Amino acid sequence: MHELAVTQSMLEIVLRHARQAGAPRVVEIHLVIGQLSSIVDDSVAFYWDMVARGTPAEGARLDFRRVPARFQCQACAHEYAPPPETWACPACASQQVRVIAGEEFSVESIEVDPDGVRPPEAVGG
Amino acid sequence: MPQRVPVVENILGANDRLADENRAALDAHRVLGLNLMASPGAGKTSLIEHTIRGLSGSLRLAVIDGDIATSLDADRAAAAGATAVQINTGGECHLDAVMVQGALHQLDLTAFDLLIVENVGNLVCPASFRLGTHFSVLIASVPEGDDKPFKYPGMYRGVDVLLVNKIDLLPYVDFDMPRFRQGVEILNPGVRTFEVSCRTGEGLPAWLDWVQAAVAAAQRSGTGRPG
Repeated sequence: MHELAVTQSMLEIVLRHARQAGAPRVVEIHLVIGQLSSIVDDSVAFYWDMVARGTPAEGARLDFRRVPARFQCQACAHEYAPPPETWACPACASQQVRVIAGEEFSVESIEVDPDGVRPPEAVGG
Repeated sequence: MPQRVPVVENILGANDRLADENRAALDAHRVLGLNLMASPGAGKTSLIEHTIRGLSGSLRLAVIDGDIATSLDADRAAAAGATAVQINTGGECHLDAVMVQGALHQLDLTAFDLLIVENVGNLVCPASFRLGTHFSVLIASVPEGDDKPFKYPGMYRGVDVLLVNKIDLLPYVDFDMPRFRQGVEILNPGVRTFEVSCRTGEGLPAWLDWVQAAVAAAQRSGTGRPG
């Protein structure tokens, strides 16, 4: 529901790293999104076209790597992918569990084109 | 030829840095901050009114009210006796650390002991944005149903304190408290829970005691973490 705000934050990160690399053009962005992070790929992609227009990242392809949720039981140390509704440990039924993966939401890397041409500034943007 | 540039940066990192600044400002003035979250209509503003009335004799209270539009909630907090600042998010579904920082600048933090931030009514988005408060507090309410922990795990997992409001309605609603508490226990083992009714006042003294203890701990240590 808040994908516009997070897509803008994502753009800031991408542009900062492109600038540091001295690259005029970003062609691809690799994102890591955990299953529990409540971020919807399609919404991010929709806003991305809008917020990136007129920036060096305009038209960059978004690559989403989904990280499934993994829990670890605090009683018996069993690691498992939680089935929906019953999140308790399937090995010992303990409810003392810890999330070890699935909450990620980060920019992992970007692909830049050092010979690219910076797009013209968006009018009124 | 395209080149790969490693980044590995949390997309909400900028918000987290501002949240840390907010926390530092609260700690510097020994003000305890609470981030109050709930679905619309669960009783956030009613709980704030009761908290103001119950504690205004002993504590100095400020309220930051986040809403998509109107200042109705800030007006109610002010009428109950607190200093209130309204944030209209203009459509955003949550408060973030930037908005709270703007509101903090409107408050003289030397004049307060307790700051309650009333988030936008929503069980999804507010869970993702740290504000810099010391405790995240969630109000669930009996008419919402006992399945909400499973439907909004992100929210239930991230909170430090849970209030179950409107327990006066338990005889009239199919709300299975053991099932609800079991769902909460799976997601957030041992979370401090208060069963209350803002209408009858039942259970509220225990909540007020907890708030007072947390404020006292914040004033001792500057970190807000009781014991």
